[in-house]
Amino acid sequence: MVVVQADSLSEENVVDHLIDKQKHAAPPVKSAVDKFQLLPEFLKGRGLVKQHLDSFNYFINIGIKKIVRANDRIVSTVDPSLYLRFTDVKIGKPSMVVDAISEQITPHMCRLSDTTYAAPILVNIEYISGSHGRKEKMIKNDVVIGRMPIMLRSCCCVLYGKNEAELARLGECPLDPGGYFVVKGTEKVILIQEQLSKNRIIIDNDKKGNINASVTSSTEATKSKTVILMEKEKMYLCLNQFAKKIPIMVVMKAMGMESDQEVVQMVGRDPRYSALLLPSIEECASHGVYTQQQALEYLEAMVKRSTYSSSSTEKQENRALAILRDVFIANVPVRKNNFRPKCIYVAVMLRRMMEALLNKDAMDDKDYVGNKRLELSGQLISLLFEDLFKTMITEVQKTADTLLVKQNRSSRFDFSQYIVRDSITNGLERALSTGNWDVKRFRMNRKGVTQVLVRLSYMASLGHMTRISPQFEKSRKVSGPRALQPSQWGMLCPCDTPEGEACGLVKNLALMTHVTTDEEESPLISLCKCLGVEDLELLSGEELHTPNSFLVIFNGLILGKHRRPQQFANAMRKLRRAGKIGEFVSVFVNEKQRAVYIASDGGRVCRPLVIADKGVSRIKEHHMRELMDGARTFDDFLHEGLIEYLDVNEENNALIALYEWEATPETTHIEIEPFTILGVVAGLIPYPHHNQSPRNTYQCAMGKQAMGNIAYNQLGRMDSLLYLLVYPQRPLLTTRTIELVGYDKLGAGQNATVAVMSYSGYDIEDAIVMNKASLDRGFGRCIVLKKYTCTNQKYENGASDRILRPRKNEERERVLDDDGLAAPGEIIRHGDIYINKESPIETRGPLKSAAALADVKYRPCAQIFKGTEGESCVVDRVALCSDKNNNLCIKYKIRHTRRPEVGDKFSSRHGQKGVCGTIIQQEDFPFSERGICPDLIMNPHGFPSRMTVGKMIELLGGKAGVSCGRFHYGSAFGEPSGHADRVEAISETLVKHGFSYNGKDFIYSGITGCPLQAYIFMGPIYYQKLKHMVLDKMHARGSGPRVMLTRQPTDGRARNGGLRVGEMEKDCLVAYGTSMLLYERLMVSSDQFEAQVCRACGLLGYYNQKLKAAMCTTCKNGDKVSTMKLPYACKLLIQELQSMNIVPRLKLAEA
Amino acid sequence: MSEQESSSDERMSSEEEEQQQKEEGFSYWNLKDVERGQLPPHIRKQGTRVYCKPDAPTNTETLQYSGSYASMGVDNSLRLDSFRENFRIKVIALDKDKMEFDMIGIDAAVANAFRRILISEVPTMAIEKVFIANNTSVIQDEVLAHRLGLIPIKVDPRLFEYLSANDTPNEKNTIVLKLHARCNRGQPRCSVYSQELKWLPNGSEFAKESEKPDSKPSTYTSFSCGQDSLPEFAGNPISTVEDIILAKLGPGQEIELEAHAVKGMGKTHAKWSPVGTAWYRMFPEVVLLENIKGEDVEELIRKCPSGVFDIEDTGNAKKKAIVADSRACTLCRECIRGG
Repeated sequence: MVVVQADSLSEENVVDHLIDKQKHAAPPVKSAVDKFQLLPEFLKGRGLVKQHLDSFNYFINIGIKKIVRANDRIVSTVDPSLYLRFTDVKIGKPSMVVDAISEQITPHMCRLSDTTYAAPILVNIEYISGSHGRKEKMIKNDVVIGRMPIMLRSCCCVLYGKNEAELARLGECPLDPGGYFVVKGTEKVILIQEQLSKNRIIIDNDKKGNINASVTSSTEATKSKTVILMEKEKMYLCLNQFAKKIPIMVVMKAMGMESDQEVVQMVGRDPRYSALLLPSIEECASHGVYTQQQALEYLEAMVKRSTYSSSSTEKQENRALAILRDVFIANVPVRKNNFRPKCIYVAVMLRRMMEALLNKDAMDDKDYVGNKRLELSGQLISLLFEDLFKTMITEVQKTADTLLVKQNRSSRFDFSQYIVRDSITNGLERALSTGNWDVKRFRMNRKGVTQVLVRLSYMASLGHMTRISPQFEKSRKVSGPRALQPSQWGMLCPCDTPEGEACGLVKNLALMTHVTTDEEESPLISLCKCLGVEDLELLSGEELHTPNSFLVIFNGLILGKHRRPQQFANAMRKLRRAGKIGEFVSVFVNEKQRAVYIASDGGRVCRPLVIADKGVSRIKEHHMRELMDGARTFDDFLHEGLIEYLDVNEENNALIALYEWEATPETTHIEIEPFTILGVVAGLIPYPHHNQSPRNTYQCAMGKQAMGNIAYNQLGRMDSLLYLLVYPQRPLLTTRTIELVGYDKLGAGQNATVAVMSYSGYDIEDAIVMNKASLDRGFGRCIVLKKYTCTNQKYENGASDRILRPRKNEERERVLDDDGLAAPGEIIRHGDIYINKESPIETRGPLKSAAALADVKYRPCAQIFKGTEGESCVVDRVALCSDKNNNLCIKYKIRHTRRPEVGDKFSSRHGQKGVCGTIIQQEDFPFSERGICPDLIMNPHGFPSRMTVGKMIELLGGKAGVSCGRFHYGSAFGEPSGHADRVEAISETLVKHGFSYNGKDFIYSGITGCPLQAYIFMGPIYYQKLKHMVLDKMHARGSGPRVMLTRQPTDGRARNGGLRVGEMEKDCLVAYGTSMLLYERLMVSSDQFEAQVCRACGLLGYYNQKLKAAMCTTCKNGDKVSTMKLPYACKLLIQELQSMNIVPRLKLAEA
Repeated sequence: MSEQESSSDERMSSEEEEQQQKEEGFSYWNLKDVERGQLPPHIRKQGTRVYCKPDAPTNTETLQYSGSYASMGVDNSLRLDSFRENFRIKVIALDKDKMEFDMIGIDAAVANAFRRILISEVPTMAIEKVFIANNTSVIQDEVLAHRLGLIPIKVDPRLFEYLSANDTPNEKNTIVLKLHARCNRGQPRCSVYSQELKWLPNGSEFAKESEKPDSKPSTYTSFSCGQDSLPEFAGNPISTVEDIILAKLGPGQEIELEAHAVKGMGKTHAKWSPVGTAWYRMFPEVVLLENIKGEDVEELIRKCPSGVFDIEDTGNAKKKAIVADSRACTLCRECIRGG
């Protein structure tokens, strides 16, 4: 606790007592300090995924201890003197037990060997051992109760605090931010879950337009949802445990507020409120409920009787009160059956509802970011762990009890023996690998919580880690939650959201966003009391809402009221800036609700801002100089009160200036850098503020599909599919974000010289024309690596698969080495065998002797490489390891290098995608006065409707960049602060190097040799090659495989399927009257079948091969059987109908 | 390589003349007759000049048909003897890898033909096949092969024949180069440069896996004699352009390969293109439409980034702008911007 016992001190004294005198602002000078340097410092200290790491670290260091402390005893019900107590819990070093030896593991080892990167959960226990009187207390330390999957780069990961060289030695990429798990060899991210905030009153309209107030309570013990709604001017309580709506006055009476006057006083003596309350009071009276006893009886009748539990009747009787105590607004604690805090809470809820009724503005906005909480991996895992831990305890208790019940036990009883390990390990592993969070205890059933980390490009994985998955299902057709919220500013990226059904629901964090973790509540509560909050217990209902006092609400709990709210808030903030209370505590004075909200709960989004006194920034030139010299860190800024974190609510009390020179005396804060409102993925767009906004959104989606580098260790990894660029480049036109996140080190694209002109007609509809010489020289070349796995199975009879040496002169076995496996470096083609494997024919039955095994019969089961015909691939790597059943597991990485071809997809960084329309020889390409020949030609029609002015500026900036040899910048909103080059300056550079100021060059046609009749806008633009390539999509078939059941051609490229003449195509043919074509497409080329039909009975017969005659099964003869053609599917239908007792008879007529 | 062909860049044009005539009371009837067999001056100008206007170049096309002006008695057909007489080449700059020359007296189309041929139809030798015996470096085999292909080989391609599909590689159509680089353990990382490619005048050294075990070992080439014994190469070994990084090796990594270079043309693959690039431009002709005097002179000079203009003293402390170096003009159009 930080607060001193200072009842006698006035609040100011307390504050001054606690804070060393704050250095106050120097005389106001209006000069802008470049605060950009804070950003790299900020990111250096926290990485890009601090929110995940913080949350997980909190769970490992504090959360898990809390859980174990809350459930630290296992007591035998048979002999209560026997118990086991957990005294401490901690997480060990990541390790694996191999042959009873604990071995340290690294994440990369786990990735390669398909194991889980986990560390043992170690507990210290104290228990009673022995039996029959001879009992002794035992202490055991470091008992393993299970294995906890470890988040990479968290505090118990082996990578924690390692430098670049050490990381490289562990096979890890230094740019990889961590924040994910390795479960069974796959990288899993726990997505950030968005939720409505817990324990807060939310006033909202329901579907019928009725006003309701809802509270989702969540405490360690219970979780519940309480709704008070207003229907026909009367107010009711809706609670799951009650079968029907209950008049709110009944509830109040049941909680001991028998007098209506008291309720009215509590709500507030404004006559408008009393008038609104009147119908509810009348209704209560009409039910004949006047006393607490009557009210409880009334409630008792309403309690839902759970069908299965018929336990003690005595307990049943008090159920109404118990529900009111434990379930009804569960976040308000009831101590010693004192329901008063709960009554006040209900009164405040009612008051806010009535306020909303009188004034629509008082309604809460569910989409407001301040009303949301982000649930992170730590919280999710802690829920899971709590459930598993409790389950384990009951399990241990059960096994102990069954053992103790047995009378004649021989061995002495040892509690510690019954601790099971696997349930926790498996439970955690299963949840992480499937993503199903199914926690019955907390009535939680969520799917898709974890996802496989996308490793398509570096940006894709970063973007995946900042993604926020929505609270609603995607099918809802409301626009509210999808719309851009003003409160998102600086917290969530306005650009980065998918298109389509999840548009606006799935969001991404902005660059500087921090997500808070829980903080200890009790010191803060005492601090509030010290600062003059009048305790709720001492206030009468009347005093609660006196005109010049504000309620003080702490994490949704009403603490009391304060007469000078602004001073109180300022005092709290002063303490926060001095570092006496946590930096993430938010203090928010809500003038409209006349309340001061203090929040210290986890999951709030907040961001750092520079504090300004009367519009003068606290950060001065010398601070920044010290930062540059390394004498100061970001945390120093925080501790000295130069910078503070504001959450969304507190931002409402602040006036934030975008730049220092825009600050007015009312300004309280100054932004660090305006481009931080964008996220990581949107941050790589140059000049995004010049683009039409949806273009930036499109780029955010496409940046994740761009090929390039994924990590420094990309070639050492065994991803199932990997796209790499052969010659990736860093963009000529960069942004500050690009440098901060390391996109300049792991780029995904190439700087192409682009000419914006029409050429050849193969450039319509956004297609681009490419220069063949550029492709020859390596532009857009990419490598596709695919993984193929194969296990050498062992069977139950002791036989196992075997791998044979290749036969000589067998063309398909050409690539095999003597060991029967293809060697790295071998060129492999479609149809080649890469593992010459054979499987035993007989795999079941009893274990065989060695002699019997020798003559087990085998059938060939070679692994045949299925690539594209005509393309040659190369075996890149072969890895042998054992899987968890100790079978030999062979992994192949097969590489295919591709040069761009017609139909491959490319995109610039401005949402301008296009396919390669044609490839033209260099000599036919236009060239400029100084011999520059473009790499690709883009059609100018791409510009007018897209309005991507940023792309044009990128071209100009890139051109200036190559001519003067300096990377130009195009950070969002960067012109005023110098993080984006101005067009004027770029034009000047261009002119200085002999180009036209507008970037248009004098161009000659490569075909005729004459100059073109227009100046052509030409220069370098960063182009991304997207993963969609023709080679993977191209498909056609003549005859081929058919589906067994219907004998129709298969569907889909993967099965070499046919191309369907569908319903609409059929209609076209019908309209044309091309009956023969229809007949051919739908019958001959599909599932034509020759059937024998009996003209007598109209049923299908068969052709008897022996008699060489057609027979009818029903008539038992072949007299009147005709042969006809019909689709096999039709024959199938007839037979299926017959099988369900319907007789379809065919009537044949001469055609 | 760059070429320059004469023609013009001009900002004036007939506009001004016309204006003058207008003031005098212009009438079409007052125009002088054009002599038969000659074109009027403005048409003649159009035939030899491209106008570089502020918004777009005009008059960019050349005559497509020699008989365009036949009715005026003008024959535009290109005749070899007159071409031979009038065509001149002036070399402006020449060094190891760059040549700049003026071609005077030809059409853009002919200059373009030279450019196109230079880029795509002049044969050279380039590495086409790479036999990799060992490559433990990070660079992939096919990427390394691609890089090798792009290395220019310093040899006269006229000394070689094309290798067609069913030819066996021999000393007349193939150059064999060898690369063996390694980075020993304990050493720092090192780069492999193109000069480490060694010419094997006697052909491939890698033995082919023979079908019949008793047959005499064959290699991937069948040279009948060593190339170094041929008079062309005696004392003039084949080498590549130096200082091109091929790969980087970490400690313990090794590359061992043999590269076979054959003759080819730039239109099949850019690696056979003998030039980095070849282009031409029309000779810029800068004409000042009016006398530029006083302070405007300074401004004009300041505006031009490539120093086309200069000051001329016209006596009594007056200055005039002149075109000093029209070749330097890059057509940035800064001098005519906004006016």
